Amino acid sequence: MKGSALIRLLLLVLLVAFLLTPQSFRPVFQPFAANGAPAIYTQSSLLALTLSHLAMVGVATLAAAIVSIGLAVLVTRPAGREFLPLSRSIANIGQTFPPVAVLALAVPVFGFGPIPTLIALFLYGLLPIFENTLTGLTTVPHSVQEAARGVGMTDTQRLISVELPLALPIILAGIRLTAVISLGTATIGSTVAAKTLGEVIIAGLISNNTAFVLQGGLVVALLALFIHQGFTSLEARIGRQAGAMQPAQ
Amino acid sequence: MIEINGITKVYEGIRAVDDVSLKIGSGEIVTVVGTSGSGKTTLLRMINRLVEPTSGTILIDGRDNRDLPGHELRRAIGYAIQGYGLFPHRTVAQNIATVPKLLGWDKKRIESRVDELLALFHLEPSQFRARMPHELSGGQQQRIGVARALAAEPAVLLMDEPFGALDPIIRGKAQEDLIEIQRRFATTIVLVTHGMDEAIRLGHRIAVMDKGKLLQFAAPAELIAHPATAFVADLAGRADRAFRLLSLSPVVDLLEPGEASGEPIGAQASLKDALSEALWSGRAALPVLRDGAIVGRVTREKLMARAGQPQ
Amino acid sequence: MSAGFDLQATTRRGAGLDRLGVLLAAIVAAGLALQPFCLFRANRIVAAKPVGLLSALPPLESQIVLGLIVVASVLLLLRTPSPLRLSVSVLTLVLLAFAIGRAGVYLTPSSNTYARVAPGGGFWFAAFAFAIALADAAVRLRMPPLGRLALLALIGGALWLFLWSGACDALSILREYANRADVFWREARVHLFLAAGSLAAAAVVGIPLGILCVRVRPLRAALLNSLNILQTIPSMALFGLLIAPLAWIGAHVPGASAIGIAGIGIAPAFVALFAYSLLPMVSNTVAGLESVPVQARDAARGMGMTARQRFMEIELPLAFPVILTGIRIVLVQNLGLAVLAGLIGGGGFGTFVFQGISQTATDLVLLGALPTVALAFAAAIVLDAAVEMTRPMTSASARKSKSLFERHDE
Ligand SMILES: Nc1ncnc2c1ncn2[C@@H]1O[C@H](COP(=O)(O)OP(=O)(O)OP(=O)(O)O)[C@@H](O)[C@H]1O
Ligand SMILES: [Mg+2]
Repeated sequence: MKGSALIRLLLLVLLVAFLLTPQSFRPVFQPFAANGAPAIYTQSSLLALTLSHLAMVGVATLAAAIVSIGLAVLVTRPAGREFLPLSRSIANIGQTFPPVAVLALAVPVFGFGPIPTLIALFLYGLLPIFENTLTGLTTVPHSVQEAARGVGMTDTQRLISVELPLALPIILAGIRLTAVISLGTATIGSTVAAKTLGEVIIAGLISNNTAFVLQGGLVVALLALFIHQGFTSLEARIGRQAGAMQPAQ
Repeated sequence: MIEINGITKVYEGIRAVDDVSLKIGSGEIVTVVGTSGSGKTTLLRMINRLVEPTSGTILIDGRDNRDLPGHELRRAIGYAIQGYGLFPHRTVAQNIATVPKLLGWDKKRIESRVDELLALFHLEPSQFRARMPHELSGGQQQRIGVARALAAEPAVLLMDEPFGALDPIIRGKAQEDLIEIQRRFATTIVLVTHGMDEAIRLGHRIAVMDKGKLLQFAAPAELIAHPATAFVADLAGRADRAFRLLSLSPVVDLLEPGEASGEPIGAQASLKDALSEALWSGRAALPVLRDGAIVGRVTREKLMARAGQPQ
Repeated sequence: MSAGFDLQATTRRGAGLDRLGVLLAAIVAAGLALQPFCLFRANRIVAAKPVGLLSALPPLESQIVLGLIVVASVLLLLRTPSPLRLSVSVLTLVLLAFAIGRAGVYLTPSSNTYARVAPGGGFWFAAFAFAIALADAAVRLRMPPLGRLALLALIGGALWLFLWSGACDALSILREYANRADVFWREARVHLFLAAGSLAAAAVVGIPLGILCVRVRPLRAALLNSLNILQTIPSMALFGLLIAPLAWIGAHVPGASAIGIAGIGIAPAFVALFAYSLLPMVSNTVAGLESVPVQARDAARGMGMTARQRFMEIELPLAFPVILTGIRIVLVQNLGLAVLAGLIGGGGFGTFVFQGISQTATDLVLLGALPTVALAFAAAIVLDAAVEMTRPMTSASARKSKSLFERHDE
């Protein structure tokens, strides 16, 4: 436990150092650069790309979270129950759309740039959060529901002070899943000129420079690792406070 | 015949079964009772070698049960596990046919055996053969579990709390079925149970276990009348010991000539039922009915006397 | 549960408006009123001219088509029985396809091979709305697996017939197709080979690994963790990172290049897809085997089955639906990810997508994207049905299906 925390800290320091002073890592990547090609990507600042990458994932995940949590709440209320099966099917169907296809289809409508990527990330992020929120909201123990009704809470009060807090760890697990998947998917956005770390990877693919591919891929993988880690510990802490509801993943 | 000699099982320093010896006769029903964790299941599973003993031997019909490979031994011994353990992806008929198929019976013989067993357990074959386990009630699943254990006509049947999850009425029926089957096939049965009532009702002899040790192995009447230790006495229940005794004997035991009025009682009903009926209806004597005719009476006085002085 | 559902169904089917129907009819109306039904370009380069539904077809025809769409929308708007809604949706989708095909023929002057007609926003909105209506009706009808497969076959067959009949040949996407029919089918084969071949390889390796994980506890955590980490590497990077090692192998290992191992082309794509497929295969095999009820396992041992018999007759069949779910996840994911092969010269439908993106040729993008979406969608429906049919609890209501057409039971 202690050891793995130390390794994570070390990785974080390395990542920050790399983003701030990429050139100092040149010797590490030089062996991967094909004969004499530059070892470090300099077309744009790696730090700026990383921040823009993270911002895009953050915005898309936040939007997906708001929409899918709202939708899940809606379809679990008596008034919206009839849409539960349909919304589930649609979320499932959405997931079968390949992300590249979503990107490609969004370009003619929205043009090149960040918008198609945001849309693809948003659509792709809906299902995990929606599914987990549903699980969380529908598995609140019956006795707890009854108790809440028994002390005279209104439906809204029950939702806000009982159901959502109890479901929170599971919802967070869904958001984590979405964020981690989006982090990888966002790289594809660079094929339609979104500013993400995919740019570095594509530059590597085009110029046959493994060093670029490696640095782009590593930064994304490390970001995914930290986001995963951050969310899991947050879930665990909230889970301990809220009591024993098991996250779905 | 099953001969258990000084069998011991040690799990990580815990003696789950501790030097247990007992002899079970052919065609006998032995019930094993004890508190949770007392080693009943472990003892049972050492008989068909689902658990290998740490020391001691078990002879079945004079042969060491380690003479055969484990799986062959188990095909010859019926085993009904707690929670039935039906295979969820197989039909009722396929479940029952498991061991006969392993033994390579031909198709005709398997089919007729399956139908025979279903009929025996009051399940209409044409209706139940093709059902899946989840399409059965708990009581029906339990019966299929026992039918499956009996399918290859084993001489020995091991049962681990087979009636645990059933409601009292269904459990009563299942117990009757079991007694009937045992009578018919003279199967040797070792049955693990939590409940003393069940142990008394089914067992020709009862083995009482506590903390891995065998405390007493005796017929029900003996066990109740002369408990070997305070624990056994406790388990048998001092308070209604008298009534337990009464419930062991049929009305014919106290049958005497004479007349009595009111609703008659069956000759095979227990003395306990007779006493409660007499007390309940405020009668001094009950007429006794056998094969549709009144054959005599049983008096409250004698019933009370029997309850007061157990032999 | 079923009582609750029936009650819900009858109240929903009472007189009045269907809430989803209102939304869908609004989408159809807004789409057809505000967006062009199709886009006309005199040639591939000039800007597109929007064309409304009424001017996209000969006068009488366009009025009939519009009238039929209105009738269909009204039928969705009202509380009509599900079978009716299902047929209305299917028929209207066919009608839309027919109309767009006719529009292509009508708007293109004969003998003009440069003019292009593409479906416009109005078409897409209407098609989307009726597709949702179709899904809704299918969900409400609680179609059994075979019914869903039949519906899929019906729609697929109709689409095929339609394309084959040439009714749509004037549309720009089919023009693109006609220009490169040979290449299209070659890339289609490559795409399928990449997706299904890497799945097969992952199954052959992953299922035994999963079985091993269940038996050898320490291996389990180690293997699943490393596969998890592999999964965090973005797909594009993984494709790229494999180029160098595979090029080295192709150049240095005798015979490797003969079987197609090289730094560019299909090999890195295949290996990357294989690597991504491994985690779902292994973890679903583990989950499947662990979901086998302890009592069934114990009973099998108690009945005298040998270890081999227990595995083949009890554990594997009971784990199979979960393993099949893993295969479904992998196949749908691979069909999508295989598009990326187009980036590194690995072929597949991605070739058209990325060519189209770089030339800003929407039709070319569609030529790659639409078959990909259709394949992924069909694969999901087929495998969902297969998973449902292999569950031991066939015919039961006590089943929690995770299919595209989610059921009502809760
Ligand atoms: N596989 C095992 N590994 C370790 N300890 C075990 C194992 N099986 C049983 N034990 C221990 O052996 C003791 C006896 O267990 P056993 O299952 O025989 O009890 P039991 O009398 O059948 O209890 P119950 O009535 O609850 O079924 C218990 O303390 C149990 O924890
Ligand atoms: Mg036990």
